[in-house]
Amino acid sequence: MEREALIRTMQSILGPEGVISEREQLRSYECDGLMNYRVIPELVVLPETAAQVQAIVRVCYDEGIPFVARGSGTGLSGGALPVESGVLIVLSRMRKILEVDIPNQRVVVEPGVINMWVSNEVAEDGYYYAPDPASQIVSSIGGNLAENSGGVHCLKYGFTTNHVMGAEIVLPDGSMVNIGGGKAPDAPGYELLGAFVGSEGTLGIATKITLRIVRKPEAVRTLLAAFKDTEEAGGAVSGIIGAGIVPAAIEMMDALCIEAVESAVQPGFPQAGAILIVELDGPAAEVENQFEQTLKICEENDASEIRVAEDDAERALFWKGRKAAFAAMGRISNDYYVQDSVVPRTELGKVLKKISDLGEEYGMRIANVFHAGDGNLHPLVLYDNNVPGEAEKAEKLAGDIVFTCLEHGGSLTGEHGIGEDKKKYMPKMFTTDDLNVMQLLRCAFDPHQICNPGKIFPTPRLCGERPGPFRMHPVQRAGLAENF
Amino acid sequence: MDTRTKNVSLEDLQRIVGEEHAWEATPDDAVDGVGSSFVAEPGSVEETSELLRFAAEEGLAVSPRGGGTKASLGNPPREVDLVLSTVRMDEVIEHVPGDQVVRVQAGIKLEDLQERLGGSDQMLGIDPPETKSGATVGGVVAANSSGPRRHRYGTIRDLIIGITVVLSDGTVAKAGGKVVKNVAGYDLSKLFTGSLGTLGVIAECNFRLHPRPEAARTVAVELASTQAAGEAARAVLHAQLVPSAVELHWGEDERLLTVLIEGIPPGVEAQSDTAYYLLRGFGEVRTLTQEEAGSSGPSGAGDEVALKIGAPPAELTGVLDSVLGACSRRRVTPLISGHAGIGVTYVSLSGGDDEAYVQVVEELREIWTRRGGSVVVRSAPPSFKERVEAWGPMGSRLELTRRVKEKFDPRGVMNPGRFAGGI
Ligand SMILES: Cc1cc2nc3c(=O)[nH]c(=O)nc-3n(C[C@H](O)[C@H](O)[C@H](O)COP(=O)(O)OP(=O)(O)OC[C@H]3O[C@@H](n4cnc5c(N)ncnc54)[C@H](O)[C@@H]3O)c2cc1C
Repeated sequence: MEREALIRTMQSILGPEGVISEREQLRSYECDGLMNYRVIPELVVLPETAAQVQAIVRVCYDEGIPFVARGSGTGLSGGALPVESGVLIVLSRMRKILEVDIPNQRVVVEPGVINMWVSNEVAEDGYYYAPDPASQIVSSIGGNLAENSGGVHCLKYGFTTNHVMGAEIVLPDGSMVNIGGGKAPDAPGYELLGAFVGSEGTLGIATKITLRIVRKPEAVRTLLAAFKDTEEAGGAVSGIIGAGIVPAAIEMMDALCIEAVESAVQPGFPQAGAILIVELDGPAAEVENQFEQTLKICEENDASEIRVAEDDAERALFWKGRKAAFAAMGRISNDYYVQDSVVPRTELGKVLKKISDLGEEYGMRIANVFHAGDGNLHPLVLYDNNVPGEAEKAEKLAGDIVFTCLEHGGSLTGEHGIGEDKKKYMPKMFTTDDLNVMQLLRCAFDPHQICNPGKIFPTPRLCGERPGPFRMHPVQRAGLAENF
Repeated sequence: MDTRTKNVSLEDLQRIVGEEHAWEATPDDAVDGVGSSFVAEPGSVEETSELLRFAAEEGLAVSPRGGGTKASLGNPPREVDLVLSTVRMDEVIEHVPGDQVVRVQAGIKLEDLQERLGGSDQMLGIDPPETKSGATVGGVVAANSSGPRRHRYGTIRDLIIGITVVLSDGTVAKAGGKVVKNVAGYDLSKLFTGSLGTLGVIAECNFRLHPRPEAARTVAVELASTQAAGEAARAVLHAQLVPSAVELHWGEDERLLTVLIEGIPPGVEAQSDTAYYLLRGFGEVRTLTQEEAGSSGPSGAGDEVALKIGAPPAELTGVLDSVLGACSRRRVTPLISGHAGIGVTYVSLSGGDDEAYVQVVEELREIWTRRGGSVVVRSAPPSFKERVEAWGPMGSRLELTRRVKEKFDPRGVMNPGRFAGGI
């Protein structure tokens, strides 16, 4: 289809305001939260209803045009990076909370709804939505679902995948399917919902999502403890977990990170080699008892200072410091490159040491802020893009960190996703057979591979389907796969 | 015994798995009444792969088996040539207590695994009633079995973090890993959860673990009406209690809602008090003895017609009324239990004939499918299964579900016909 004809067709579905085709305007959609990769899409469309999404996807399917879904565009792996000659389907106009069902502890939303709005909506009833990515005031539920986003409280309460109970999805052929039970448990058939969550927008577009909400805990206690270095802080983490305590959160920051956060948002953190923020929540009697135990464990591990949040305001201040960590890097460095690898908790000490050695070897600074309870690291490699060669060096160093984590039994990514950014590393973690079998799922959902093509897998696999009567396979045309 | 199966001889199988580990099937090896020709027990992922590749070449229909506790789940298979038993693959591959993660071969018995983990004061947070009758971990994953504690820990899909599978053409593939948090690649562990052997053989699984609670207490309220059941369950659900299980038992003599509180002793004490006061308004409250509390959960095996209803949890009263109504009109006696906080209700039927049972199931299925739920036949005699499909309608998912099956098992040789949608 000619560009002009495509624009007219989309306008007939969405009205003129729903279609963006001016190059200058298209530019604001050229990347997501990871700005290293930029592609200007052919068109941006802004549907307001599921039926419009379906109509858009049908056109794409019939014409063999690749498309990419985008929520709020905060992703950190290039998942919502547009495809050249493709359509970017932006879901930010689908922002209705469709239903609040307190007796069944469910909320039904459109995909563009912002994470935080869900908790706000049910706060008065004593509930909240548990997965809390640091981006929760901007990122969308659709994006959270696609990335299986995590947050500081996911150690105890689980990730997005444990809280999405049902979804209406538009498949890449334009058909609409409901997966997961929604309000009822154990729908018969394959666990398609579990496979769809975390599939990074490559299996279809979620147009309606049923979420589980959680009762607010009776008691919450939060402490901040300072240590000489990350190793001692790590000792306290092992002690807490080893005592059979499941904290709501355990976060660690190193000295460089504390420095950055301090200059950005002034939470008044102690100067230390490392700090831990530990939060316990649940029934009061249990929390009080285990909190005392946690304090003791921190002392036994030579904490130089321990602060207990006296009220919600002080707790909020601790968390403000933590959640501002990425943004705060701007205070101490022009640019940074963040990784998201995971290691088994018991390997943390060794891996942190190796990361620091790598930093020295490369002569670059690395700040660490991470989810210590589940071993999900966020090493921030600091560099200056104005210095020629530094960006490449930073990326290479970040790659070496990833390989170190894999050597210690870890994973490439704990929450940010593979997307465009890490697909080149996939063969380090998975065999060709592993990746081919994963792509069988892709072939079942998206046989023509028009849905967010080129992401996750380093080598796309064609599905043995004939790509329609007319022309080259869209993935080939976009230069994303060779024929094999 | 019919061993004409294609051109395969027992020796072919024995060459792969060793002489002692393949034999001609006996009636005991039948899968839901459908006899097999052979049974083979591979000892490794490699042998499993080789066996499946061989079976594929010879066109054999394969039925994977763990503890065999779920042979009557689903529809009877269209055919079975080879039962592939995982029981020899029963090792713990790795358990690092500090990571709260375990990697196991699929054939390990859940009960044995729990005992091993107990040595480190840890557990896998799943407690299906089949644990006691020898269910294997792979079988629990394949059948998506669950028990009362799913209220707190979720189902096996929430606990599994990695998997190794062998497809029907012998391809070995893994997904996930051995860290609790991981979003690299598609989550095939979840896809294989509940797939009942129709996508491939589950060979290894990795799980996240939980600390084993130090203390437990069960508080129960006697229920005078279905209304009271629904209201009591709702009160518990809405409270700030964190129970491990909220169970309904609705029999001839006893009608109880029980709340299992677990944790450290002072927490259990305080929460039990809260539960006590909360439930007082709905009937007489007491603390169950350990023995009483332990005897929960439906067996789901045997010749009775056993159902599982999935419905929104707040509709508990409606579920009970619909079951009691449908049964009394046909003079059938129901025994009801369930995970009241989750919306899962188990019903076993007795005292009637097939015609009455069929009518009950059809009526319930009509009601609960319309309200977004499901009615699954968990087990039933063959005469009943001839008349009622086990899983019920699949709605808009049917076509997609079939496409998934076609991709993973294009020849349709894995447990053909047992699964939902005729898969
Ligand atoms: C400052 C900052 C802090 C962050 N902190 C965290 C954190 O703590 N934890 C964490 O996990 N992540 C974090 N992130 C990453 C990011 O916010 C999450 O990945 C988030 O879920 C992305 O949501 P989004 O709406 O911005 O999605 P986008 O970036 O717009 O899209 C992400 C992916 O989802 C797909 N997608 C979007 N909508 C749909 C839909 N409706 N159906 C199907 N696919 C869809 C897209 O195609 C793309 O592949 C952070 C990002 C920033 C910038």
